[in-house]
Amino acid sequence: MRITRVLSTTLLALGLAATPAAADSTPSASPSEDGSAPTTAGTSFRTATEVDQGRTATASGSAGDYLYWSFPADAGQRPTVTAKVKLPEEHTGQTWQVDVYDGLRRRQSCQYGAQTRTAAPGTASLELACVLRTVRAWSEPWADDPLPGTYYVRLTVVGLKTADLGLPVGAELRVDSKDIGGSAAVDGSLAEPLVPGVAVKSSADDEDDPSASAVLSSIEPDDGWSSGWWSTAGCGPGSAACWPRSPGSAGTP
Amino acid sequence: MIRTQRLAAGLCALLAALTAGLAFPAGAVADETTANAPKVNLVLDVSGSMRAKDIDGGSRMAAAKQAFNEVLDATPEEVRLGIRTLGANYPGDDQKTGCKDTAQLYPVGPLDRTEAKAAVATLTPTGWTPIGPALLKAAEDLDGGTGSKRIVLISDGEDTCAPLDPCEVAREIAAKGIGLTIDTLGLVPNVKMRQQLSCIAEATGGTYTSVEHTDELTDKVNQLVDRAADPVVTPVATRGADSCAKAPTLKSGLYTDREEFGQERWYRVDLDPGKELRASVSVSADRAMNPDYGLLVRAVTVHGREIVRGEAAGNGRTDVISTGLRYPKAESDDDEAPAETVCVQVTNSYSAAAGVKTTPGMPLELTVDVVDGPSQASDVASFGLGRGWWLLGALVLAGFLAGVLWGWLSRWRVAVWRTN
Repeated sequence: MRITRVLSTTLLALGLAATPAAADSTPSASPSEDGSAPTTAGTSFRTATEVDQGRTATASGSAGDYLYWSFPADAGQRPTVTAKVKLPEEHTGQTWQVDVYDGLRRRQSCQYGAQTRTAAPGTASLELACVLRTVRAWSEPWADDPLPGTYYVRLTVVGLKTADLGLPVGAELRVDSKDIGGSAAVDGSLAEPLVPGVAVKSSADDEDDPSASAVLSSIEPDDGWSSGWWSTAGCGPGSAACWPRSPGSAGTP
Repeated sequence: MIRTQRLAAGLCALLAALTAGLAFPAGAVADETTANAPKVNLVLDVSGSMRAKDIDGGSRMAAAKQAFNEVLDATPEEVRLGIRTLGANYPGDDQKTGCKDTAQLYPVGPLDRTEAKAAVATLTPTGWTPIGPALLKAAEDLDGGTGSKRIVLISDGEDTCAPLDPCEVAREIAAKGIGLTIDTLGLVPNVKMRQQLSCIAEATGGTYTSVEHTDELTDKVNQLVDRAADPVVTPVATRGADSCAKAPTLKSGLYTDREEFGQERWYRVDLDPGKELRASVSVSADRAMNPDYGLLVRAVTVHGREIVRGEAAGNGRTDVISTGLRYPKAESDDDEAPAETVCVQVTNSYSAAAGVKTTPGMPLELTVDVVDGPSQASDVASFGLGRGWWLLGALVLAGFLAGVLWGWLSRWRVAVWRTN
């Protein structure tokens, strides 16, 4: 009796998990798994298109749309977001802006880069950039330091005349990052990267529930998240962290 | 590559479906998949003005028909597609009758391409433009199921059925919390129409596009239908209270709610020692807002002490304002330590000009994640030996020992050389 039940449940689960609709609705681990870059953009945090670092995502939209992408960033990286907007042939001048949010949807500041730019009437394209702060492995909850996890990019027009509303525009987005290395390393690490829905995802994995196939963010760096147990902030030959700072700090760990 | 994956997935699916089909009546399985199938309702304006010949030399209607044919061919298998018309049947002058003129051309369901195309071919531009009533009916068509729902409205003129403002209708539909998005496309639009259609889109988190050419129309509708097929997490509707005591207790997940201007929303989360609470909140600007706004999320103990807060402020055009917070609760020595109730308070400082409706409130999206706590400052200095005076001591000791060892070795070598 019990065996029958288990067997039938397994079969049912198999059938459910693999019917065409469900199969299609299972997001592949990451859109760029097959090496191609996405050609669409999402319209909200929830539907943001996932794009890996080092790939150029493209999207077509209309002036007035809010275009969302998300990318993974790990500790020690300093991501640079560059966006290129192809403007319609005729327009009356538009101001575009790129904003970056972290996995908690907190706005992240740009160290430098032209985050907002205005295109004069007739300009064919404009480029925006945002260099984020270095992603730290750990920070206090009261700080809004960038932490490893999902990052959201929102590209939108902020200054627009009604005549330009809805005109077709093209967008390109690319995220590259510079490895900062040990100088940015901190002690401590998060148990889970700042990926929205990570708690739901891990519990769904346990239960193997086919209905929980859609996740908020399934993003992960190519070589996985750094676990944090090995820190380059240790005692390298040139690292000042090893040496006594001053007699006053003696004994403090 | 994606195609290959889909093909492979399809094959697997076929196999599995066969296996499952042997053991179970097919109906049960089909029900399960249709329940969360994405639904799209295409709402097409067939009013008299669609006769105008200004899209690539052809009439607007011809462009729409051609676009529909191509879209119907490209619609993904899993999408349940329906078509609704407005202004297709009543050619008269009576506004009252003309404004009720909306009909379901093809019901929302599994798509029979030939039938749907045949239905579209019969359309001739006729009557009024009752956008508001058509949207209401279109939303009814999509009722039921847990999948994503999308209305694509294609129109060439603003609503001619005042006083029912289609923008208000859209907001009411959004407020039902059925997760419905309305995308609008304006054919050869004028200023007033642009404003109206983009207002409808913004009220539901959709997009507005101006269309001047047939291929633009085809591409955009295809893109929107494909977007509907993309899987998204469906949020759970909840209702925050005005104080922590009455607040609903949330577990990890995605929630939606509504928050009015100046309203407080409270939620509770139970947090075990050694766990970390992550909450992020977004409040959408779904109506015309004043250009300066803010959002505050606070984690507060049941006794009212603030633990941590997330703040956001901004100005200018925006769709949403969002912020979040993290609260790692310290490990407890006591294994039986009870979970702490954390109250999460959400307030916004949006404002709108007089005359803008304040109810229903703005859509609020809340993500709650309870994960293991962070590990703080792992001691790379190995119990303090790696730095400070301890390190100097260790180096002196090591140097002394090395010296002794080397000296001893040298003596031994000299002794060996002497004996030989």
